[in-house]
Amino acid sequence: MDRQKQVTFQHNHFAHCESGVMSLMMSHHGLPLSEAMVFGLSGALMFAYIPFVKLGGMPLIAYRSRPKSIIKGLQKNLGIRMQMHTFKKPAKGMSALDKLLEKGKIIGAQSSVFWLPYFPPEMRFHFNAHNLIIYGKNEEQYLISDPVFETTKLCAAKDLEKARFVKGMMAPKGLLYYPSHIPEHIDYKKIIPKVIRRNAKAMLKTPVPIAGIRGIRALAKSIGKLDRKDPRWAKLFLGHIVRMQEEIGTGGAGFRFIYASFLQEAGSILNNQDLEKASRQMTAVGDQWREFALLAVTAIRRRKGKSIDFTVIRDKLNSVANAEAGVYKELLQIKPA
Amino acid sequence: MEESKVPQDNIVTYANNRKAMYATDNSGHYNVVASSGWEVEEEATMQAVHELDRLASEAYQRVLQGEKSALYFHMYNCRMDLQVLSESTGLFKWRIKRHFRPSVFHNLPENILKRYESALGISPEELCKLPKRGKKNG
Repeated sequence: MDRQKQVTFQHNHFAHCESGVMSLMMSHHGLPLSEAMVFGLSGALMFAYIPFVKLGGMPLIAYRSRPKSIIKGLQKNLGIRMQMHTFKKPAKGMSALDKLLEKGKIIGAQSSVFWLPYFPPEMRFHFNAHNLIIYGKNEEQYLISDPVFETTKLCAAKDLEKARFVKGMMAPKGLLYYPSHIPEHIDYKKIIPKVIRRNAKAMLKTPVPIAGIRGIRALAKSIGKLDRKDPRWAKLFLGHIVRMQEEIGTGGAGFRFIYASFLQEAGSILNNQDLEKASRQMTAVGDQWREFALLAVTAIRRRKGKSIDFTVIRDKLNSVANAEAGVYKELLQIKPA
Repeated sequence: MEESKVPQDNIVTYANNRKAMYATDNSGHYNVVASSGWEVEEEATMQAVHELDRLASEAYQRVLQGEKSALYFHMYNCRMDLQVLSESTGLFKWRIKRHFRPSVFHNLPENILKRYESALGISPEELCKLPKRGKKNG
């Protein structure tokens, strides 16, 4: 096989896979955007607690909106256009990837965490919506820029194929993506306040009681009722919440710190003191989320026989919900510059 | 979170990797800081890993006693449950449950076995027997 072209490409270490990939990709194509700006501008900050959708036997808990919404939100809000391809046959998906690489493109791809060998064994769970960039190929190894790792990685073709074509919930179907159009001028002064207000509204005024601030309160309510459940399940449930908040690459406190960083950057672009103040408040909310995680894990540590006081954890989460709602209420008042 | 408070607990689940965290410096400005992990996260992750290990070794015993087919063990050993295995093979749960019966599993046709092999990422020989104790995959 011919030795293929490898483009000059700058890898960077980010907190989250999807926002990291989009930040790297936009910067590579001449639109420098930090991860925080990507995350904030896509309006992907969320909270959802969906008891009837189970992942590994546990209810779905998410601190951001659904996979691919960062890519889609960025397209919609900034006027970027992305080419996205999925494939039925793995062989076709792999040869399409090779062809794109030959053209000197860097390609975003969706994959399963479990089948990527460069992940540490303790981190390998069946999660199918992990994003990474493929920027070249040598012999049988692909050159991977996975934003949640400090350095670039190599991945054998057969492993990448397996990871790209697993079946099941959120199956990647070999998804590949790259930008086809990036606008030359972006009117941040107009876009930023609009996106922030829309996101704040989504968090405050959801019609369903399982999303946004109401979702947080619903989760708190469920925690308050855990004393009626099997103690082992109750502990696993608490651990599950903490994992969704901290383990899965959120930059800490379930994306709240990334969002605070976005508010800060937005504040300096618009020269808006209110946004900087909101950023500090969001940081405080993030710190509270971390305190909540600490409380939950302390409860898990309790030995058998000793009962856990779930009401303390529930009350903590309710106070987080109040504080977070406070920030969004102020953000609704942000005026276009 | 302040930079000085970013945990550097060198947690085992990171296996010497570091994760990017968002934290503020002295002047309150946000930066990306590499963290070697937070104990709290480690405990939550290890709890999940231990639970998966527990399920796998329970399954191992049941297969050993002839109660279940080897498939039952391989499913848990691959960190899956009935739902994930069903989604990744495209087989109905009730069919998979039936295949957990040793007598049924032994007579499965090649094409069904192939679907299990590819979903679990193991060879035909591996699929039909238990590995030696203590050996883990993934």
